[in-house]
Amino acid sequence: MNDIAAAPAARPEILREPVSTATFGIVQKPLSFWERVTNLGWVRKLALLVVIAVVWEVYARQLDNPLLFPTFSATVLAFFHGVFGGDLFTKAMTSLRVLVMGYAAGIACAAVLTVIAITSRIGTDLLELLTSMFNPLPAIALLPLALIWFGLGTGSIVFVIIHSVLWAVSLNTHSGFLAVSNTLRMVGRNYGLRGLPYVARILIPAAFPSILTGLKIGWAFAWRTLIAAELVFGVSSGSGGLGWFIYENKNQLEIPNVFAGLFTVIVIGLIVENVVFRVLEAKTVRKWGLQS
Amino acid sequence: MNNGTTAAPLLAVRGVTLQYKTKDHLVTATYRVDFDVQRSDRFILLGPSGCGKSTLLKAVGGYMKPIEGEIRLKGEAVTRPGPDRMMVFQEFDQLLPWRTVKENVMFPLRATGRLPRKVALEKAMEYIAKVNLTGFADNYPHTLSGGMKQRVAIARGMAMEPDILLMDEPFAALDALTRRKMQDELLSLWEGTRFTVLFVTHSIPEAIKIGSRILLLSPHPGQVKAELDSLPVDASASAISALEQRIHSMLFADAIEETTTTEKVTA
Repeated sequence: MNDIAAAPAARPEILREPVSTATFGIVQKPLSFWERVTNLGWVRKLALLVVIAVVWEVYARQLDNPLLFPTFSATVLAFFHGVFGGDLFTKAMTSLRVLVMGYAAGIACAAVLTVIAITSRIGTDLLELLTSMFNPLPAIALLPLALIWFGLGTGSIVFVIIHSVLWAVSLNTHSGFLAVSNTLRMVGRNYGLRGLPYVARILIPAAFPSILTGLKIGWAFAWRTLIAAELVFGVSSGSGGLGWFIYENKNQLEIPNVFAGLFTVIVIGLIVENVVFRVLEAKTVRKWGLQS
Repeated sequence: MNNGTTAAPLLAVRGVTLQYKTKDHLVTATYRVDFDVQRSDRFILLGPSGCGKSTLLKAVGGYMKPIEGEIRLKGEAVTRPGPDRMMVFQEFDQLLPWRTVKENVMFPLRATGRLPRKVALEKAMEYIAKVNLTGFADNYPHTLSGGMKQRVAIARGMAMEPDILLMDEPFAALDALTRRKMQDELLSLWEGTRFTVLFVTHSIPEAIKIGSRILLLSPHPGQVKAELDSLPVDASASAISALEQRIHSMLFADAIEETTTTEKVTA
């Protein structure tokens, strides 16, 4: 322990005046137009979409088999024909109506379940048990049962959509509630808030990033379940939705129409994800600095 | 300052023993602590970490029940958290991130149904002005610095005009320069309204600077070691350092022995 380095030798003090900013090259200047444009997320995504469409078009043209894989332009054409001339729009609306019904009911059930879970220990156990039991169960596996219980029609589809939304939303909301910092909980109780007002005014906004994730996952699950359910038994219902549209056109070997149906599902998904949820995010978690 | 020892205390803590459970242990945080806080006191709970001072403050806040003894505010036993004892925490995340500065200060006024919206807004702006944040009234908390957030939290606590303001090391997470500025600001706020504050800290200089009365707690579990008067704001530097020395020797007499013995063991 004796070979300690020697203390540094004495040095003179250094005192300097800061240089005036006028001598700097750049203190602050706006970014170029190109930099600002490429900083926009939607512009980059739009560029990717264009690339994907071009790849699709080129590949389909080389394949030259409209029965197996129609071109992008043929699909878009079939889409516009379907929307303006055919019944694609009404089919999509039918699907969306059922979807929103099931989605809203699922969220309502999830709200009840998570409030019970957060206010009592046995409720937490119940939620954890139910989610671990039913979350892995594919909603479509319940369809045969739903058909017996609720008959052929909207009721059965709404039931399976609720099943697909409920567990994803509950799980995320509950874990969001659990992650709310102890300080915020104490602040809420300091104001004398208890029970439902406490959940509504402290826990829900504080857990909003997780809740939003749950809502997004729930939305995607609901969409999948809906289309799958319509494919299975849209056959016998009078006014089928998009799944039925796809099924029907496949039977008639109208493959561009099948693609147009799928295309509609994708477009609605893109719009909901990139417009509805994005605006919701910008107005909440981003504005609050809870998410960058 | 006249000390009204004869008057009924605003806050009376009598023989309070606090225990909490960790996963494997039952920990006694404080043992039979007594103290009285008078109106307009700047009462400091001072002690090293592990003396149960924060736990004691939480008990006054109503978040914990003593297993022995009682806590009375204006003669009423404290049973649960309430807006008559507003808390200012150490953590910067104590502001609601989904509300602006203005809304954060207004929130308790509205949530307790105490004031209609317009009056609450006026009151909030009045206290925001007191902590010099008028220009930031419409900002969201994530755009503020740590010191500003603590000032908002103080404004929020004061705007409720609680019987007693509970402060749990509110400046501990700030840098040294900001901390000193905040201490001065707190004192000048107190000069303006003479609110009662119960302040937890582990810093002896902070206790002397902010406090009018200082309760010293010993660690593991916290017991009252002394209750002293602090010095006036314009006290001389030598008087301050003398009191600092005195408190230091009272608090850390045991601790220093401990460290010397451990050093001997390792040497």
